[in-house]
Amino acid sequence: MIVPAGHYLVLAAALFTVGVVGVLVRRNLIVMFMCIELMLNSVNLTLVTFSRVNGNLDGQVLSFFVMVVAAAEVTVGLALIVNLFRLKASADADDVDALRS
Amino acid sequence: MDPDVTAFDWFALAPELTLLATALIVLVVEPFLGPARTKWVNPVAVVGVLATLVWVVLLAVDGTDRSSFGEMFVVDAYALLFKVFFLGTALFVLLLSYRYFQEIRTYQGEYYFLVLSAFLGMLLMPSARDLVMVFIALELVSVPGFVMAGLRKFDLRSNEGAMKFFLIGVLSVAVLLFGLSIVYGYTGTTNLAGIAEGLAGLEDEPLVLASMLFVIVGFGFKISAVPFHFWAPDTYEGSPIPVTAFLSVASKAAGFAGLLQVCFVAFEPLADVWAPVLGVIAVLTMTLGNLTALQQRNIVRLFAFSSVAHAGYMIVPFGLVRPGEADVNSQAFTAVLLYLLAYSVMNIGAFAVVTAVARRHPGRQTSDYAGLGQRSPGLATALTMFLLSLGGVPPLVGLWAKFFVFTAAVNAGTAFTYFLAAAVVVNSVIAMFYYLSIARTMWMDAPAVPDPIRPGLALNFTIAALAVVALAVGIYPEAFAGFADASTLIAAGP
Repeated sequence: MIVPAGHYLVLAAALFTVGVVGVLVRRNLIVMFMCIELMLNSVNLTLVTFSRVNGNLDGQVLSFFVMVVAAAEVTVGLALIVNLFRLKASADADDVDALRS
Repeated sequence: MDPDVTAFDWFALAPELTLLATALIVLVVEPFLGPARTKWVNPVAVVGVLATLVWVVLLAVDGTDRSSFGEMFVVDAYALLFKVFFLGTALFVLLLSYRYFQEIRTYQGEYYFLVLSAFLGMLLMPSARDLVMVFIALELVSVPGFVMAGLRKFDLRSNEGAMKFFLIGVLSVAVLLFGLSIVYGYTGTTNLAGIAEGLAGLEDEPLVLASMLFVIVGFGFKISAVPFHFWAPDTYEGSPIPVTAFLSVASKAAGFAGLLQVCFVAFEPLADVWAPVLGVIAVLTMTLGNLTALQQRNIVRLFAFSSVAHAGYMIVPFGLVRPGEADVNSQAFTAVLLYLLAYSVMNIGAFAVVTAVARRHPGRQTSDYAGLGQRSPGLATALTMFLLSLGGVPPLVGLWAKFFVFTAAVNAGTAFTYFLAAAVVVNSVIAMFYYLSIARTMWMDAPAVPDPIRPGLALNFTIAALAVVALAVGIYPEAFAGFADASTLIAAGP
């Protein structure tokens, strides 16, 4: 059975929505970050699906770069979270409030 | 995808390769030559940037449009103008950083490596004619920025600013990419000109319009447009000051370069849809930025909100674009370019003075500037010039920047664009209040401490050079206008 492209796109949109809601609702920095990763992966799924629909490789190439950059962002993001945890012993977004206008 | 993606032109890539080599050299100086030699890191970086600039000038003299990787990477007049501009910014950011990071005594190799990597991304950005390249360039600017903002890692505020910047930055990229992926789905290509062809006639597709909104939101975070600006004041306040100068000028300019390419080339056929959205965002951005800046007592936060307001002025021309009207569009395009150039000169200048004063007064309050006119008349004169220029007073460069935005809006000639022009004028008046109030503090109030500020050679040179540029271009705006007129994406576009 061949799964139609629409199914993949709906799944990707659902993943993206879960990611957005997660970033807005959750307060733990690591979980927020995981939700952003979920959004990036839904982008990858969309790109690969459209790449197949359009019959060219441009989308797949872009999705490779998205993966590479996401990996680089993980390194930077986890370093920042670990450093914050050292300074404050907390990874909760609500505790990060030293700067206020 | 074109068959010749692997074909490339070494000459076209020479500036980027030179900068990359410099970044790698800078990174290994400290581990291989020992901590005593780290003072050479900054001069090495400056030499590298100058060498890169030589390549760019050679490319400009050569004058032919070149491309590599199958039209993904293009060197034309527009790209070269931005490259010269970014390299000039790089030089001034390096000069600003010299003393600051020498006194911190740590992370010098890492810091300069990150700065140069970010500027490598900026050099790639105006050459990018493909979504893949735009994305890579944008990330190459952002990711080092996250680390640089958090470089004072023993300082909770620096870490907090970096954390906010990071989460917002990554989130905005995810939103941007989701929009781009849908655009790719409809057009079947990642090439910007190809997208423009594919999008023509799709005005009524709700998904296409939604994806464009996603792209605008994604770039909106990068250029700190209201309502996506809330990270900017916190990040600017927490970062080391040279990094703040970098973020408020260079990284914002890279965002604008990307937005220019995407809006004026790829999304041009659907301008009727996105231009009013950006026009409204422009008015919100400048008004909210200015009104919030009025209430700030911290000088860095004040400049942060002022830079939000200036982003608003720069978004105004995007609100004027109409599909197929090359006259209106190219005038709008030139206005954005000129505003970016002028804004960078005056904002880096202002941050140079703030860097100098913050060495003596780490609290960074506006009250620290009381009596600066008596303590260091030179610094105070320069800062006054930069402030007046930001406010748009003749005969300084800021006036012309606002003037070009204003005329572009009036010439576009619809009720909405007249409204935009009026908003620019009203906001310039509001902004004068807080710019002049700092000037008054400097010249009228009695100093709390009498000793003069000693910025050091590199900072003095930066401040003097930028003040001279601000004044000279203010007096001879023709040179400036001709410079930007020479390069446009409109003629080369679809």
